[in-house]
Amino acid sequence: MNKINYLLLALLFGGGWACESDSDFLDRTPAQILTTEQALGDAAQVESILSNLYSRQFSVARLSDWRTMADFNEVYVASNDGQTNDFHNNNTWGWNGSYSFWGTWDYGYIRELNLFIERMEVATIPERLVTIYTAEARYLRAAYYYELAKLYGGVPIILEPLTYDFSGDPTYLQVPRSTEAEIYDFVIAEATELATLLPADASGKSRATAGAALSMKAQAAVYAGSLAKYNSVTPSVVLEGGAIGIPADRADGYYTTALDAARQIINGEAGAYSLYAKNPNNLSENFAALFYDKNANPEVIYQEEYLIKFKTHGYTISNQPRFGAEEEEGGAMNPSLNLVQSFELLDNTFAPIPTVDEAGNRILYENQEDIFAGRDARLGGTVILPGTSFKGREVDIWAGVRLADGEIVSGNERGQLRELPGSATPQQVVGFDGPLENTPQNAVTGFYVRKYLDPTPGSGQRGNQSDVSRIQYRYAEILLIAAEAAFELGDPATAAGYMNQVRERAGFMIPLTPEDITFDRIVHERRAEFALEGQYYMDLKRFRIAHRIFDGVAMDVEGLKANLGSATKRSTQPWGLWPYKVYEPGSPDDGKWYYTEVLPSRVTAADTWQLGNYYSNISNDILTNNPQLARQPLQ
Amino acid sequence: MRSIFQLLTLFAVAILVLASCEKDNFDAPETSLTGRLVYQGEPINVEYNRVSYELYQDGFGKVGPIGSTFTSEGEFSQVLFNGEYKMIIPIGQGPFVPLQNQSGQPDTIRIDLRGSEVIDIEVTPYWRFRNALISAGEGRVGATLSLEQIVTGDQARDIESVTLYVSKTAFANTQTNVATAAMGGGDIADMNSISLSVDIPEIQPVQNYVFASVGVKFAGVEDLLFSDTQRFDF
Repeated sequence: MNKINYLLLALLFGGGWACESDSDFLDRTPAQILTTEQALGDAAQVESILSNLYSRQFSVARLSDWRTMADFNEVYVASNDGQTNDFHNNNTWGWNGSYSFWGTWDYGYIRELNLFIERMEVATIPERLVTIYTAEARYLRAAYYYELAKLYGGVPIILEPLTYDFSGDPTYLQVPRSTEAEIYDFVIAEATELATLLPADASGKSRATAGAALSMKAQAAVYAGSLAKYNSVTPSVVLEGGAIGIPADRADGYYTTALDAARQIINGEAGAYSLYAKNPNNLSENFAALFYDKNANPEVIYQEEYLIKFKTHGYTISNQPRFGAEEEEGGAMNPSLNLVQSFELLDNTFAPIPTVDEAGNRILYENQEDIFAGRDARLGGTVILPGTSFKGREVDIWAGVRLADGEIVSGNERGQLRELPGSATPQQVVGFDGPLENTPQNAVTGFYVRKYLDPTPGSGQRGNQSDVSRIQYRYAEILLIAAEAAFELGDPATAAGYMNQVRERAGFMIPLTPEDITFDRIVHERRAEFALEGQYYMDLKRFRIAHRIFDGVAMDVEGLKANLGSATKRSTQPWGLWPYKVYEPGSPDDGKWYYTEVLPSRVTAADTWQLGNYYSNISNDILTNNPQLARQPLQ
Repeated sequence: MRSIFQLLTLFAVAILVLASCEKDNFDAPETSLTGRLVYQGEPINVEYNRVSYELYQDGFGKVGPIGSTFTSEGEFSQVLFNGEYKMIIPIGQGPFVPLQNQSGQPDTIRIDLRGSEVIDIEVTPYWRFRNALISAGEGRVGATLSLEQIVTGDQARDIESVTLYVSKTAFANTQTNVATAAMGGGDIADMNSISLSVDIPEIQPVQNYVFASVGVKFAGVEDLLFSDTQRFDF
């Protein structure tokens, strides 16, 4: 009975519809799709399109995936066994790096940027907005080409939306690669013009400003300069026609451009930027705060913004100290001893972390953090050291206890208790934060990451996450770009002046003299200042030092501790530094600490950088679709 | 009810069996193309997974290559369909003078495959081993060898280093080794008597044999040239 009712009802509805004229039905305006005129007729509408374009900016290093920052043995990866193997059991990198992080080829994005720029000419919104929105889209386009240039060298430069005419012959759409110099020239020229069109407003951090454009110009120019100068180190990494390889005689020109652009920012022409120094009493805290303080941070020039409830990331969740964390998760990246020991002593000298005295005996320390005393304040701002705190909780990192007879007692789970001689109750024999090699997510090297970790309560919860923004350009980098450019132009006095400003913020009271400034110094200063921010990848490439640092030879303790100031120091395996506690009740040494260098047993490979790794791979699919593209060298 | 299920199952199986009979079943390729790198008939040993080659076949739309790398003995093998193939070794691969034509492009080796074929690819290494002798005893591996320069003139390359690799497996090279002894090119007084030796470290788990070979790196060339790998039982 029911069925018949439904049938009747259906007929009724069907019949009702059929009464309308068919042409009306087909002619209705769609409710979900905006026409071009509608989209460009309303300022808020245009801004939302622009906001979509902003959200698709590309960067190799990104906070939304911590693994993008985990390479080059600056950290040991302890997130899970599979990822530990991916990073530490492979001798070589794929042509596009671990997990293809060094690849992007999004000409769809470029097409949308080109369409946006083209259509802004017919937009019916106030002229003032048209100018600024067009400039912002051009900034994003130049930024994306710049990312492509860093990865691939020369690529096809398309500045107008291409449309296929369905003639069966797509050859007119096939554009060859520009030369490597041309693409950097394009980025520099765009940035130069945009610096005059975009607002010179230091308070705008996450939308393009004159400061952002000038930063891009300075960085692109100094990168191009170093590529021109150091490409001769690897003469086989070139392509005929110049798609890879910038002529050496252009180096000085690029360095001059870089220095000028950096000086424009330093002189305040793009707004008032300065080094972050809100906490002069604790320079390590100050350095850490630079990355999470979103309240009028004078150092940030341009950032990829995150905002709680809208766009968040799990960087803090993945990397927070595991013990007492807001989630049973953390410790994915453990900074290596290689990185930790590269931070200088405050007297401007390099020295390994002192674990043994001259006679070869283990040095005993009263407090865990004493071993790191007198070092660059950036160390404590970049790395959570044993004995220091995060979110008000001291990390508990120690590998075991040494008994009076020299026997070492340890455990195989975090914070394990064991019976020790002379004690009635079981005692803790290993830290709640490890290090335990066979357990994931603890301080396997003895260190946790500090940089970009968010101290806000709740940042370590999956339901909440963190909204610390990723800084693309900051004032310290402008100073170091100026220093590098001045040094390469034969003016070490100027270089020392700029570099000393950055070092003073890190606690160095003795300024470097012009004689101190060397190539090794420039490379090292950038490594220390920008550790785990992403710049190191490009520095390895543009100085052509990667194949010497990652030469496939395994490391021993002596090798680890030697040549610390050298730009080409071997770093093929990530080492750790394990604290041990002395357990000798009644002895003055009881409760003191000593340290041992350790190569985590899961590190079985010694990394080799092949010359073909200097540029990312253009896949066969892309090469087949456009036969005009030249293949990358040595791949 | 049950019989309906049985019928349906039977029907489903029948569909699966019958449907997979025709178009989606191609004959697998069965013509093998194998070959090796040689210099005047002498095989060239390289490092596994490092020296690549590419095979192209025209006439089927897209022109992407298939390719792989040479084995440590300098060999390669592919199972293919009959047809015309072009093979190249990309410039910069291998410890030998690049095979290139006058315009600087990789020189093409044309292969008309009509049945299984074995080809020798003639290449010219910059130097070659003479009397490479590796021996082991008393917990040490030693090597004596001489090197003879083959390529002279503009394309000549200096020797950057000579290294003895000891390994747990037959892959005794830069990637998998347990002990190495290296000598810089500048430290070699006489190319006719180079000797290297290294202690065999303790191997976990214990094994009573090791492999060893000697690799030579030429300045400005990424891939190493290797001597024959030898096994030593003790």
